[in-house]
Amino acid sequence: MSGQTVFYILAGAAILSALLCIIQKNPIASVLWLISTMFALAGIYVLLQAQFIAAIQVLVYAGAIMVLFLFVIMLLNLGRDTGDLRGMPVRLAAVLVAGGLLGELVLLARVTPGSMALLRGTAVGAGTPMASFPAGQAGAAAPGAQGVVGAIAEPLFRTYLVPFEITSILLLAAVVGAVVLAKRKL
Amino acid sequence: MLQPYVPLLILIVFVVANAALILGVSHLFSTYRRTPTKVAAYESGIPVLGDARERFSIKFYLVAMLFIIFDIETVFMIPWAVAFRQLSEISGLLIVEMFVFIAVLGVGYVYIWKRGAFEWD
Repeated sequence: MSGQTVFYILAGAAILSALLCIIQKNPIASVLWLISTMFALAGIYVLLQAQFIAAIQVLVYAGAIMVLFLFVIMLLNLGRDTGDLRGMPVRLAAVLVAGGLLGELVLLARVTPGSMALLRGTAVGAGTPMASFPAGQAGAAAPGAQGVVGAIAEPLFRTYLVPFEITSILLLAAVVGAVVLAKRKL
Repeated sequence: MLQPYVPLLILIVFVVANAALILGVSHLFSTYRRTPTKVAAYESGIPVLGDARERFSIKFYLVAMLFIIFDIETVFMIPWAVAFRQLSEISGLLIVEMFVFIAVLGVGYVYIWKRGAFEWD
C-alpha cells in the first residue's frame, strides 16, 4: 500500500469522523468522534515524517484536551433537549464563518509551494501528499542522523531557547489562572 | 517508507477484530429478556440514586486543567531527553535550560500546593 493510498484513507476517516462529530445530537458522542478525527490526523502526521507531533497529538489532544471537553460538557450539563439555536442570525453567522474558512482554504491551496509543485509536476515526489505540505518535505529531509525527535530538539533548545523558556511562564500563568478561576476560596 | 508501520497495522486490525468478535459472538449467543433490574444503570450494586446527567463540580475541571498543564511540561521534556546525547556539545546549556524550565513550573506547583488546590474541600 503506497503512502498516497494511506493518506486518502486517513484523510477520508478524518473528514468522516469530523462530519459525524458535528451532526451528533449527543455531545458525548460528538467528543468520541472528535477523538477519532484526532487519531486520523495523527496518522497523517506520521505520513509526513512527524512522528513526534503524531505522538503528541494522541497524548495531548486525543487524551488530555478531550478530557477537558468532556468535563466542560458535564459541567454545563447539556441535557437531551437544549433549545434549537437555528434562528436566522445564527444561520447567517454560520454561513459567513464557513464561507470565510472556505475562501481561506482556497487561497492557501494556491500559494503553498507544495501545491505549486503539484500543479507543475516539477518537484521530487510531486503528486504525493508529502508534496502538498511544505513541512512534509522539510521533515523528510531533516531526520536521519538525528532521528525524528532530535530534529525537533535541536532548534527548540538552541535557536528557540528563549521562546522555550517563555513557554514555561505561559504554563505558569495557566496554572495560576486555573486555580484562581476554579477554586472557591483561596 | 511505511514498512515499519506494518506491525502497528497488524495490531490495530487485531484489536478491532478482537473487539468485534467479542461483541459479535456475545450478541449471537445471548438471549435478551429485558427486566427493569437488567436495564437499570449499574451503580456498583446499590440502588440507582438519580440521573447521571447532572452538573458536575468544577473541582473535576481543576484537576483536568492541572493535569494538562503538567502533561505539556512533560511533552517538552521528551525531545530534551531524547536529544541529550546527540547535542552533547551544548549539554551544559541543556541542563541549565531544563532546570530553569522546571523551576518556573515548580513555582506553579508550590503555588497550587499552598493554595490547597490539591485538597478536595
